This record gives sequence, C-alpha cells and structure tokens, in this order.
Amino acid sequence: MTTLALSAAAPPRPRVLATYFVVLVVLLYLPLGVLLLFSFNAGTSLSFPLQDLTLHWYQRLFDSPEVLRAARNSIIVALCSGTAATVLGTAVSILLTRFRFRGESFLFALAMLPLVVPIVVLAVALLVLFLAIGIDRSLWTIAIGHTVVALPFVVLIVTARLAGFDRDLEDAAMDLGAHYPKVIAMIVLPLIAPAVISAWIVAFTVSLDEFALALFLAGNDATFPVYLFSQLRFASRLPVMIALAVLMMVGTLALVLLAEWIRRRGHRGQVN
Amino acid sequence: MHPRRATFWALYLPPVVWVGLFFLVPIVLMFALSFRADMQGDLLSLWRPSLDQYQAIFAIGSYWRLLAISIGMAFVVALASVALAYPVSFFLVFRAGRAAGLCLMILMIPFWTSFLLRVMSWKFLLGSEGVINSFLTYTKVIAEPLGGLLYSRNAVIITLIYVWIPFAALPIYAALQRIDSEMLESAADLGARPWASFWAVTFPLSLPGVLASFFMVFIPTVGEYVTPLLIGGSRGSMFGNIVQDFFTKAANWPRGAALSMVMLAVTMVLVAIAARLVNLRRLLE
Repeated sequence: MTTLALSAAAPPRPRVLATYFVVLVVLLYLPLGVLLLFSFNAGTSLSFPLQDLTLHWYQRLFDSPEVLRAARNSIIVALCSGTAATVLGTAVSILLTRFRFRGESFLFALAMLPLVVPIVVLAVALLVLFLAIGIDRSLWTIAIGHTVVALPFVVLIVTARLAGFDRDLEDAAMDLGAHYPKVIAMIVLPLIAPAVISAWIVAFTVSLDEFALALFLAGNDATFPVYLFSQLRFASRLPVMIALAVLMMVGTLALVLLAEWIRRRGHRGQVN
Repeated sequence: MHPRRATFWALYLPPVVWVGLFFLVPIVLMFALSFRADMQGDLLSLWRPSLDQYQAIFAIGSYWRLLAISIGMAFVVALASVALAYPVSFFLVFRAGRAAGLCLMILMIPFWTSFLLRVMSWKFLLGSEGVINSFLTYTKVIAEPLGGLLYSRNAVIITLIYVWIPFAALPIYAALQRIDSEMLESAADLGARPWASFWAVTFPLSLPGVLASFFMVFIPTVGEYVTPLLIGGSRGSMFGNIVQDFFTKAANWPRGAALSMVMLAVTMVLVAIAARLVNLRRLLE
C-alpha cells in the first residue's frame, strides 16, 4: 500500500529528488564551511590560497577581553529575555487553550504581531520610547526588545503542545476539588514542561543571534552580533571574530539539537 | 474573587502589559511623531499635528520607487525560496522514508546558525578579494577579480534566498505531510499518471503550505535592512535602510517615523491578504 502511495505521489524519479536535496544541502553548508575553514587559516585575509592551518585565532580569542565581554553580554541578554519571553508566552498559551474569554483572538494577534511587524520599525520605535522616558540604552533595553521578539515563538511552541493533549486529568483534578491555580501548577505545567523547555531554548537562541534590534538598542556595551558588526571594518580583527563566531555557532547548534531532543521526548511520552 | 478568575488575571496581565508597553506604545509614539513638522523642542513636548512629513513623502518619488523595488525584491525572494524549497519538502515527505527526520534536521541546522554570520559569509564569498574571486584567480580560471558580485541588489536577493530556503521548506513540509495517502492511491487507481496526479491532487492539497511559506518569507523581507546594509551597499539598499538612515545619519526622526508608518501600512496590508488566504491557527494544529 505504502509503496503504491509513494509511486503515485509524484512524478520525478527518487534519484532526481535525492540528488537535488544533496546539492541544495551542500550549497547551504558551503558558506558556513568556508568560514570554518578560514577560522583555521594562518593568513589574516579571507582569500585563497590558504596559508598554514592553525589554532592561533582560537588562542588569541582568550586574550581579547572585549570579544569575550561581547559574548558574555550576549549570553546575559539571552538568559534574561529568554526567561521573560518563556514565562509571558506560556501564560498566553495557557490562556488561549484553557480559558474561554472575549478578546481571545485579540490576545493571539497581539502575541503574534511582533513576528510580522518589520524589525526596523520596532527597533526605531523602541529607541524613541526609551529616549522619551529617559532610559539609557544598555543590555537591559536590548533584553526588553528581545523579549518582545521571542514571545511569538514561545506561544507557537507551547500552544501546539497544550492543544495536543486532552483535559481529562485537569477535569479529574477539578472534580476532586483542586483549585485552578493548583491544577496549573501540579498538572498543566509538568505536562507541558518539555515544550516549555524547548521554547526557552528557542527564545534564548533567537536573542543570542538577534542583530537588527540590538544595533539600535545597544549602548556602549554591545552584544556579540553588534560588536562583530562594528569590527567588520578592521580586516586584521576578522579571524579572531570568526573563530568566536564559529564557537558560538557550535554552541547554538548544540542548544537547538537539545531543544529538539527534549521536545521529541516529550512528544513520545504524550503519544504513549 | 473566584480562584479561576484570579488565575485568569494573573496570566493575562503580565504579557498584555509587557506587549502593550514595549510594543504597542512605541508604535503609537512613532505614529504621533510622524505628525510632527520638525525636530525642534523636546521629544515629549506637545507639537501641533501637521501632515508635513507625509506631504514631503508623497512628493518625493525616490521613496516610492525604493518601496516598489523593495516589494519587488521581496516578491522575487519569496517566490524563489518557495520554488526551491518545494522539491525539498516533497523529497522529505514522500521519498526520504525513515531518513526524513534526519534530513529535516540537516536542512534546518543552517537556519539555526547565526543570521548575521550567514549573511556575512556571503560578503566574504562575493567580495572583490573574497573567497570566490581569490579562488578563481588562484586556480587561473579568471585573470582579474570579478567586480560587482558584492554591493548590488542581485547580491542581496541571492543572499536572502539562501537564508530563507530552509525556513520556507517547513510549512510546505507540514502541508504535504497532512495529505492522506489514500487520496494519492485513489488517483493512481483511477489511472492518473504521476504528473497528472501531482498537479490534480498533491499540489492543490499542499497549496495552504505553499502560501504560508510564501508570506512567511515575503512579509519580513519587505522590511529587511540588515542584509542590504552588509551585502547591498548604497546600490543595493532597500526601503528599511532609509528608515534606518533617518534615525541615525540624517537624524530627522519625524520623517523616519512617517516612513516607518508607510512601511507598517504596507506590511499590514500584506498580513491582511495572507490572513485571508491562510489560516495560521489551523496550520499549527
């Protein structure tokens, strides 16, 4: 049956599509591979021919306090905004799936809007707001902006999970006389924990990588992407920056894979 | 208060206050600022509302040309990303078999690596002393470095397509996965040739995913400013870059605010069209 379905599904031969997939993936990875390659290149310019292979830039990294500081700043901002977005987003998701109220679609629209409003518009608007109320630009202002940007991702992930399991347990607990806050704390939150954790990791990564908002909202102390951007003019600093970028990339990747693994484990638990 | 009601407000107020304060209020503030004639006086001092900025914008054709170009670029980027991503999603759903999960992850990894870095890597690739040129001169394919690879609208378009392909594959993947295989079997039983069954059954059923993909790329790309900033240079700039310039270099905020409102209006029209065509909440389930 399945083989029949497969053969009926589509025209091109399997090989054609598989080849296309492989070629596309190679092209997608090529620019990243080139960066990785040049992070081990002894020469300072990003051009062929390659010089000797070296770990020099990775060593230099640890003697560059500003570079490390920028990385540290990024992690602080991502921790704060990731946590805030997860708390706020989970609250929105519980409201959307477990309560009936007027303005439900308004709440959903409000939580999703940051996804569609052009980042440059949000960035200058926040800049004007902070200047108007006299808040200096700092890591905090970046974190506030990132919380808004990461919120839709959390709502999407957690809502999908909440919509996925039925309310028998909650109803049973209510029948047994549990108050609603207790039901949320004892039943809903543990059930959606995998989704909440993976939402947190996604929010964390969104912030870690965010540049468009941070460029406007950063004070003197910049996050890594903003610092990286400011250093692009200085060709000699590039290899060190690329080495750190590669490290951050590997870190992000590990986090994303972890998030996916947690989400899937949670999902499997739900299916059984 | 009833505990359920108290819970409701405890859950409702924090996100609404946060989004209100740091999302709605700033945008309303920008809206107000766009009706200011000049930058004289304090930021919060009251000003007489004027349509000066909008009049100036309507009179200056280059703004509209750039807006049209940005929309056109976003359209090309969205169309190309969806077209290039469709066969990938198709492969993952109908051909990859057990490897589908792994293949999907391999596809998505580049999307989760730094956006700035992926854009920058194209700068290094396309530059006149960059990787492509130095590789081609080194291998003696060309004698002189090719100019014009970087700092053009085409470079921006290519980079953006590259950045969006993995993302564009996701909604199509979700839509294809939901197709009932019995439908395809029936089509085959009734004698439909593979291509015929693809155009008559598979493609129409995947259309919601295709549209979702298209708009999920199209809408943010209209407002893009980072990629043109890095890759486009002055010749490759988009509408988002003039908004940015009015708040940084030109320091004419009311004009920048009015331009932001134009961009916001365009985006909202696109969102409204998208919302009519695709049901986002249904696609999530």
